Amino acid sequence: MNALVSPNTLKGALRPILSARSVSRFYGERIGCADVSFDLWPGEVLGIVGESGSGKSTLLRCLSGIDRPDAGEVLFEATPGADFLEIFDLPEQDRRHLMRTAWGIVHQNPRDGLRMDVSAGGNVGERLMDRGDRHYGRIREAATEWLTRVEIEAGRIDDRPRQFSGGMQQRLQIARVLVSNPRLVFMDEPTGGLDVSVQARLLDLLRVLVRDLGLAAIIVTHDLAVARLLTDRLMVMKDGRVVETGLTDQVLDDPQHAYTQLLTSAVLAV
Amino acid sequence: MSFAAQGDTPYNYAYLDEQTKRMIRRALLKAVAIPGYQVPFGSREMPLARGWGTGGIQITAAVIGPSDTLKVIDQGADDTTNAVSIRRFFERTASVKTTEATHEATIIQTRHRIPEAPMQAGQILVYQVPMPEPLRKLEPRELETRKMHGFAEYGLMQVRLYENIARFGEVTTTYDYPVRVNGRHIMAPSPIPKFDNPKMDMSPCLQLFGAGREKRIYAIPPHTRVVSLDFEDHPFRIQSWKQPCGLCGAQDSYLDEVVIDDAGGRMFVCSDSHYCETRRAEGHAGPMLGHQAAGTLAAASTPAKEPRP
Ligand SMILES: Nc1ncnc2c1ncn2[C@@H]1O[C@H](COP(=O)(O)OP(=O)(O)OP(=O)(O)O)[C@@H](O)[C@H]1O
Ligand SMILES: [Mg+2]
Ligand SMILES: [Zn+2]
Repeated sequence: MNALVSPNTLKGALRPILSARSVSRFYGERIGCADVSFDLWPGEVLGIVGESGSGKSTLLRCLSGIDRPDAGEVLFEATPGADFLEIFDLPEQDRRHLMRTAWGIVHQNPRDGLRMDVSAGGNVGERLMDRGDRHYGRIREAATEWLTRVEIEAGRIDDRPRQFSGGMQQRLQIARVLVSNPRLVFMDEPTGGLDVSVQARLLDLLRVLVRDLGLAAIIVTHDLAVARLLTDRLMVMKDGRVVETGLTDQVLDDPQHAYTQLLTSAVLAV
Repeated sequence: MSFAAQGDTPYNYAYLDEQTKRMIRRALLKAVAIPGYQVPFGSREMPLARGWGTGGIQITAAVIGPSDTLKVIDQGADDTTNAVSIRRFFERTASVKTTEATHEATIIQTRHRIPEAPMQAGQILVYQVPMPEPLRKLEPRELETRKMHGFAEYGLMQVRLYENIARFGEVTTTYDYPVRVNGRHIMAPSPIPKFDNPKMDMSPCLQLFGAGREKRIYAIPPHTRVVSLDFEDHPFRIQSWKQPCGLCGAQDSYLDEVVIDDAGGRMFVCSDSHYCETRRAEGHAGPMLGHQAAGTLAAASTPAKEPRP
């Protein structure tokens, strides 16, 4: 995937799909994230790395419309060629609609992203029913197809998420989000809390899906190996600010900022 | 105008003070203007036990006048303790005529049923509602359900039907079956059987819903579309019975199964007791009418029923 990279050379990618402009969010006196600006290009996978408390989740919540930033703008191109929308200027109704159609959020904790008392099929079918699908058979077909794509046996379609392993719950979240054919997916530590072998399988799956669907994605992780495997470009955060940004391989192999050097050497030492 | 009931302390006409009635009427006007939308109101304590439909009683008290004729039904019957005490309450406090005949009534307060005889223009049907929020079981947060209604985000409601079909092969909800009103708001029709849902659609009468404990009022104005939720390939269907009413032979009414003897004998009879009596008076007879055990039932006219929530 890294071979694809240089965003500016992507064919037809004249405009970014998402553009963050000086996004800041504070928790009282404390900085959540400060003055973050970047563009995300169609089909690009951007990683956000940094140590615990560096503001990764805070930034992601702002970008994905969950929390309103205290300053700055988040611009989004909902369909190719459409006007940029400032997502927090939109009426709440429209923003909620975007969150359920044009993009998706895969939460670190599956309980935040799944309905635990609704079957796997119902979880996957919800976005279809949100948009007005009213044919049970076709909704079930689509759910079956997506479960299979994320490597959950079709026979588990009527099971509840709590009957699933952690890795399966993460994959179910992914199916639930992708079924509506979003342009952009946000993931906060998608492999966090999973066994190493389960992580590897999920990473493989994510790579394939992102590539096949041409999805743009923003992935928060503190795991540089995950970043290396999945992302085209990296943003390194420290104390709420972006300290370094660049192509993933460059940042990891030739870190410029002292903090990134520390971060990459720490991983090598493990 | 204040009334004194048999020398007791005086109280206002129809029990509620005028200010409270005005407040309820304002809520009702808003409810009529936005069909199916739940309007919050300042529900009052009523001199009846909780769960006895104080929401419906407050609405009736706010709209009733001396020239009205009131019918009260509880589980389809006019003579259950609940129906009788509500009727007496308004006889005393509002000096209205009461009736058991659907066509004579100007106001019908109901729990659990819509009468079998067609409702007419000018009539008001007042429903007692225990749980007004159809999304509550799916989404416990009040702020969130309000947004879902406000933005018409009703996918989750459909998920509930999906889950039903996935587990049982069909939608198993048989009462309080959710409806979409005027193409917009999703509404809980109160615990009436889904058999009655089609009667709400395009009805010439005014339908008012009161939830006392939950402090909500909503309405369906006359001639409003009311559609039961379903899937294209699993269309909404009402209950049906293999046999007619044992007493009056009706094939178009909602039937209750009742035990008729110590040997566990059972029969099906109209849940709408007035409808059944009227038919028998007109000479209709069901297959069980001559039956000895059924005879007492017909005389008592109200079969013992299993309570529904
Ligand atoms: N709800 C909150 N209230 C107050 N402070 C918060 C809140 N959420 C985060 N913070 C603070 O904001 C800063 C950034 O936190 P954030 O959760 O964004 O970090 P993170 O990079 O996602 O960390 P981790 O890797 O541990 O998930 C931290 O100092 C944190 O303590
Ligand atoms: Mg975090
Ligand atoms: Zn009958």
